[in-house]
Amino acid sequence: MYKLESKNLNLWYGPKQALKDISMGVDANTVTAFIGPSGCGKSTFLRCFNRMNDLIPNVRITGQALIDNINIYSRNVDVYEHRKSIGMVFQKPNPFPKSIYENVAYGLHIIGENSKSIIDESVETALKQAALWNEVKDSLKKSALALSGGQQQRLCIARAIAVKPSILLMDEPASALDPLSTAKIEELIYNLKKEYSIVIVTHNMQQAGRVSDKTAFFYLGELIEYDNTSKIFTNPSKEATQNYITGRFG
Amino acid sequence: MIKRIKTNKARIKDQLFKYFAMLCTGLCLLVLALLLIDIISKGIGRINWSFFSNLPSRHFDESGIYTALIGMVSLLFLTVLIAMPIGIMAAIYLQEYGTKNRFARIVEINIANLAGVPSVIYGILGLQIFVRIAGFGNSILAGALTLALLIMPIVIVATREAIKAVPNSLREASFGMGATKWQTTRNVVIPAAWGGILTGVILSVSRAIGETAPLIVVGALVYVPFIPEGPLDQYTTLPIQIFNWTSRPQQGFITNAAAGIIVLLAFTFLLNGIAIWLRNRWNNKVKF
Ligand SMILES: Nc1ncnc2c1ncn2[C@@H]1O[C@H](COP(=O)(O)OP(=O)(O)OP(=O)(O)O)[C@@H](O)[C@H]1O
Ligand SMILES: [Mg+2]
Repeated sequence: MYKLESKNLNLWYGPKQALKDISMGVDANTVTAFIGPSGCGKSTFLRCFNRMNDLIPNVRITGQALIDNINIYSRNVDVYEHRKSIGMVFQKPNPFPKSIYENVAYGLHIIGENSKSIIDESVETALKQAALWNEVKDSLKKSALALSGGQQQRLCIARAIAVKPSILLMDEPASALDPLSTAKIEELIYNLKKEYSIVIVTHNMQQAGRVSDKTAFFYLGELIEYDNTSKIFTNPSKEATQNYITGRFG
Repeated sequence: MIKRIKTNKARIKDQLFKYFAMLCTGLCLLVLALLLIDIISKGIGRINWSFFSNLPSRHFDESGIYTALIGMVSLLFLTVLIAMPIGIMAAIYLQEYGTKNRFARIVEINIANLAGVPSVIYGILGLQIFVRIAGFGNSILAGALTLALLIMPIVIVATREAIKAVPNSLREASFGMGATKWQTTRNVVIPAAWGGILTGVILSVSRAIGETAPLIVVGALVYVPFIPEGPLDQYTTLPIQIFNWTSRPQQGFITNAAAGIIVLLAFTFLLNGIAIWLRNRWNNKVKF
């Protein structure tokens, strides 16, 4: 059984089809990388799994997206409850204009956690996991907006994992960061793998190679190839994949 | 070929326009300064403690603005109490919930129009609805409800602008954690927009502070020898008191009026100052 799965998933933005008949499955406790040229639908596909596309008007979806074998687009799924079990990290750091502490505690309030001690503990654990604790432990009350971009992104990761979701969706989490912050985030992804199933969109081939177990290559809304990362990067079976990873187009 | 060098004629035109614009600005400032100097020189000598603490009186040197000041502050307080929650809620509905439907669009156009309606019209509306039909009479409540109607469009427009300025990425972050629309609005959107909302409310109050016409229509009294104790009491306000004094023949009352204007101006400047301070503070704090 897959942790995440899509079956014949199609998505349209108005008249424009952005995803074409995508079927694939992601195993639990693995890191999967989505790669492909800009505009090929990686973000769109990623956002299908926590139904973030619901927020965009005129989006139409057919087919199935399943989590733990449950179709999340079926009528009886409560989208808000569903999203609580999935963490998302966005391309641009988007901390709330609140304190560092409140940022990480936000999701805990949303899931209805009221115990101060549990929240304190979860905030600390999450910040430690996100490799940010040492930098902010004395300034938890400070505004999150005072942090650097890399720190903000790690804060957003801490915020996402504080509620202990089982899945982590990351949309180019390191695209705006310097190599040192990027390395920290990659290490973090590696460590989080034990507890989470992680899907990461990236434009950085080396990064995909370093952090992921499996890689999916998308092109023009279609899933071209999906295989073990080592295979994709050494011996892809499709020519388009080969061209893309060697930088011949995209 | 592109002409890189401005022709002489264009340059002269440019300069002329600059000086013309400067002249206009200077003229405005000059008129304003003259007005201020005139008022201040006439009224400043009258401002002392008893001017603030005396009730109005037939004798100009015993006459004070106590009842007018209390009346004005309670009126504005009640106005904000009514207009702020309703205005903010309406703006939230329009901006966050009803952006796509036809009803919201019609309301939107009407709000823009409402902001341009002469204030005396609000007075007539208030007279009919609050004074007569609701039976509040010439009370502070009737006045506050009328003023609330008057400033509501300003509050709504300012709140919508502030909410619009909250980047969508913050909403997405909140929705991504499983928050509902209301949780997102309450915990993320409103706090992030709060500085802008407050600024709008304060600016709307500084608009309401000088309003006289609608209050005369809904029956703010010219002579009130007692301070109002509840929202259903009668009242007067500072602009009306000033208006009253200027219509007296004795020079002493003119002096009183000038002093009253100084107090009113001070209030307005103070409110605008707070609004500017808030806006700057908010801009510095919330850099998205
Ligand atoms: N809100 C939207 N409304 C309409 N079209 C959209 C919207 N979001 C994305 N699209 C379109 O859908 C296609 C896929 O976009 P998507 O953002 O998923 O690409 P991506 O692979 O994530 O690209 P990038 O690498 O640049 O982030 C693009 O052609 C884009 O123009
Ligand atoms: Mg993208």
